[in-house]
Amino acid sequence: MATAPIAVRHGHPSRGPRALLQRLRSGDEAAHLITALFAGSVILITSLLVYELWANSVLSRHRFGWSFLFSRVWDPVFEQFGALPFIYGTLVTSAVALLIAVPVGLGAAIFLAELAPPRLSDGLAFVIDLLAAVPSVIYGLMAIFTLVPLLRERVEPGLGALFGFLPLFQGPAYGVGFLAGGLVLAVMVLPFIISVSREMLLAVPGDQREAALALGATRWEATWKVAVPFARAGILGSIFLALARALGETMAVTMVIGNNPQISASLFAPGYSIAAVIANEFSEATGDLYLHALIELGLVLFFLTFILNGLARLLILLTTQRGTAHE
Amino acid sequence: MKVIRSLAVLGLLVAPGGSAKGQSFGPILVNGAGATFPYPIYSKWFDEYHKLHPNIQINYQSVGSGAGIRQLLSGTVDFGASDGPMSDEQLAQAKVKVLHFPTVLGADVPTYNIPGVAQELKFTPEALAGIFLGTITKWNDPAIAGANPGVTLPAKDIVVVHRSDGSGTTYIWTDYLSKVSEGWKKKVGKGTSVNWPVGLGGKGNEGVAGLVKQTPNSLGYVELIYAIQNNLPYGRVRNSAGAFVKADLAGVSAAAAGAAKSMPDDFRVSITNPPGNSVYPIASFTWLLVPASIQDGNKKAVLKEFLRWMLTEGQKYAEPLACARLPREVVEKELKAIAQIH
Amino acid sequence: MTYRLIWRKAVNAAMLGLSGLCALAAVSVLLFILGYLAWHGGRALNWDFFTKLPKPVGEAGGGMANAIVGSAKLLLLASLIGVPIGFFGGVYLAEFGGRTFPFLVRYTTDLLNGVPSIVIGIFAYGIVVLRMRHFSTFAGAVALGLMMVPATLRSTEDFLRLVPRPLREGAMALGASKWKTIATVVIPAAYRGVLTAVLLALARVAGETAPLLFTAFSNRFWSPGWNQPTASLPVMIYTYAIAPYEDWHRQAWAAGLVLLGLVLATNVIARTVLSRRVSVPRT
Repeated sequence: MATAPIAVRHGHPSRGPRALLQRLRSGDEAAHLITALFAGSVILITSLLVYELWANSVLSRHRFGWSFLFSRVWDPVFEQFGALPFIYGTLVTSAVALLIAVPVGLGAAIFLAELAPPRLSDGLAFVIDLLAAVPSVIYGLMAIFTLVPLLRERVEPGLGALFGFLPLFQGPAYGVGFLAGGLVLAVMVLPFIISVSREMLLAVPGDQREAALALGATRWEATWKVAVPFARAGILGSIFLALARALGETMAVTMVIGNNPQISASLFAPGYSIAAVIANEFSEATGDLYLHALIELGLVLFFLTFILNGLARLLILLTTQRGTAHE
Repeated sequence: MKVIRSLAVLGLLVAPGGSAKGQSFGPILVNGAGATFPYPIYSKWFDEYHKLHPNIQINYQSVGSGAGIRQLLSGTVDFGASDGPMSDEQLAQAKVKVLHFPTVLGADVPTYNIPGVAQELKFTPEALAGIFLGTITKWNDPAIAGANPGVTLPAKDIVVVHRSDGSGTTYIWTDYLSKVSEGWKKKVGKGTSVNWPVGLGGKGNEGVAGLVKQTPNSLGYVELIYAIQNNLPYGRVRNSAGAFVKADLAGVSAAAAGAAKSMPDDFRVSITNPPGNSVYPIASFTWLLVPASIQDGNKKAVLKEFLRWMLTEGQKYAEPLACARLPREVVEKELKAIAQIH
Repeated sequence: MTYRLIWRKAVNAAMLGLSGLCALAAVSVLLFILGYLAWHGGRALNWDFFTKLPKPVGEAGGGMANAIVGSAKLLLLASLIGVPIGFFGGVYLAEFGGRTFPFLVRYTTDLLNGVPSIVIGIFAYGIVVLRMRHFSTFAGAVALGLMMVPATLRSTEDFLRLVPRPLREGAMALGASKWKTIATVVIPAAYRGVLTAVLLALARVAGETAPLLFTAFSNRFWSPGWNQPTASLPVMIYTYAIAPYEDWHRQAWAAGLVLLGLVLATNVIARTVLSRRVSVPRT
């Protein structure tokens, strides 16, 4: 099967097409080339994606420049577009989500990592991982028929009565709005926080905890004052990951946020997120400027998640290098 | 290798049918998208037509008039549908000339959900404009209460509901408001998608009807058929002659009667707030948007035949679904216009 | 016992109890979702749902047979697109070295992983739908396939790296060339983990709605071949859920139950049956 070695020694072609063909005949080089091509296609595709986003938002970028990010007006009739209401909505719902999911998630992770017997911990962690697998549209479906009426009839009037002096809880109770969006997101990012934090806590070396306990700390103190700070970077990374996931979440938020591009101090008010407005208006944006404005919004979202993901990976990397436990 | 083989077999099994070009045996699939208002009647029409011609499938998605126009302009669907006629700028963007074919007549109605109020409400143009501008915020505002003596309106905030997607229904509504309110015209204007001063956004007529149904003290605008099918109360609107008219087929047909005589050749006409005693002021035609030149021979034949069927046989399905039939003059003019598709 | 000690013990009990409650809350949310869907969806499931096409608005009956088949076709084609890229890319990263090129590949993979699904939808719309001038199953599959690439690639690399060196060296000592070693020794040793990851990625994209909205669009009829718009379970759920028709709501619940059932079943199978002795990647 191999070509006669004599030919190679005579001509010494170490470069050139003949040498390439010869090297390809040996399956190794072929394998190298083929797999490299596939790997390279990922670079190609991602670059193409960024390029398409950039090129197809040119009209809007040139027209509005940086003021796009700070303008509150979204007016297709008079062709004035600004991203601020959507950035606001995206950030507010994500903030609400984190405010709820981080304490609950961390608490659950602590329980699973520190208290629960290993089999219970594994079993519950398994169930919680399943929660992460539930599709977004099903969260939306559930939220429309359970969460929204609950918010409208009980929770928001209740919050308004108790805390109505805060601008956060003023205004009529629609059910849909920032609060609904934030709550749905909280449930969706909870599994990520729990799962990553649990692993980070489990990775804390036992001697750290034992040392604390030996000095007379209660279990809680050993956890909160020793283990959690040790795993701090990883836990923070999980929060960033959760945030990145929350920012890009489309369907569930679209179904409950109220679809109104306005900035309001009240959590009860309807709002809009970047992903939601793209989902609603992309296929119908008549007029190139409108379409480019929507794609520019996609670009903004892309950059936001890009930065956050980078930070998250950096933080998790820091932890796994510091910890002595291995995968 | 076994895997590859079985995958190949699987692929062959799942890829029958061939392309739509040239084969008259396989199903001919025509794709359309657009207005949500006529979705009940369009889905009925396409279903009935499919029963008559089993190998013809007309797949219509009600994604909103704005999306229908956009997708037609991009060439990703074979025909569009819209409650608002395409503007001159949009027509200029089209690579091929686009023909408008009115299909039925519909009406936008103000639908509301006020717990405790079972009576029918009357709305003046000023009240509607004020509510949607956000200047009138409570149900018991004099502008509303004045037109409704004898009805106890609650002192609650009005939850305004509008469309979140690009919509012909919105076009009709804002077209009307622009005609009756200078303030609206200056501040917001008319279009399939506008910068709403207040309110929640629902996707499609379905979304708005759904939101109004679920939200107490809400007011939204939907096409007549959606209000009827969902048992939503809807109010009377005062027309230019001063009468409070409830939307029904007679009032809508009356609104169209005037336009029928003077219908422009391209069928793009607005019939909101017309003169007349018994007209309903927020009525409109809805159009199918068909390219004047279609490459695919099969699809062209299907569309032309369907249009002919729709204008003759199809009209009888309109009234049970709360759409008004087209006036006779318009039908005759359209039948002649079908020849323009080549 | 000093007061301080009593206080610390009380705090201990309270906080640990609270943490238990948090765990309970997290688990009960899942159980609530499952139960609610099972109740509403189960009542709506009937034979019609699986076999009939959608009916016109207002007419009862009708089902989502075309959406079920549509989703299956989308996922099949998406795997055919996404898995080879991810798999062979992962093989390259794990088996063949280099400094800058692998770094670039990993970096862009992470980038792709973080792209929100709606943006992938815009991308697929631009390069497939607009070029082909119509919506299609193929466009939807491209979008979904792209979403599968990062997970597949990283898992393949991770699991291939886990295969112990002695195994490779043994094969090479027996005279196998590098690619033969990879194909006949390393990959079979790692295939379980990779399969797990692929199944999990598949389950994840099975529920994606946003990228399909402007690529596969939707269809009231059967969608022959790969070139026509197609209905899919997630899109139908979305469309029906926001509509005001009771019958459509009923069908949305049924579809939700079917979709969730399939997704969860895939996850459970992948995580238990396939990953014995293999550690499972996080989603």
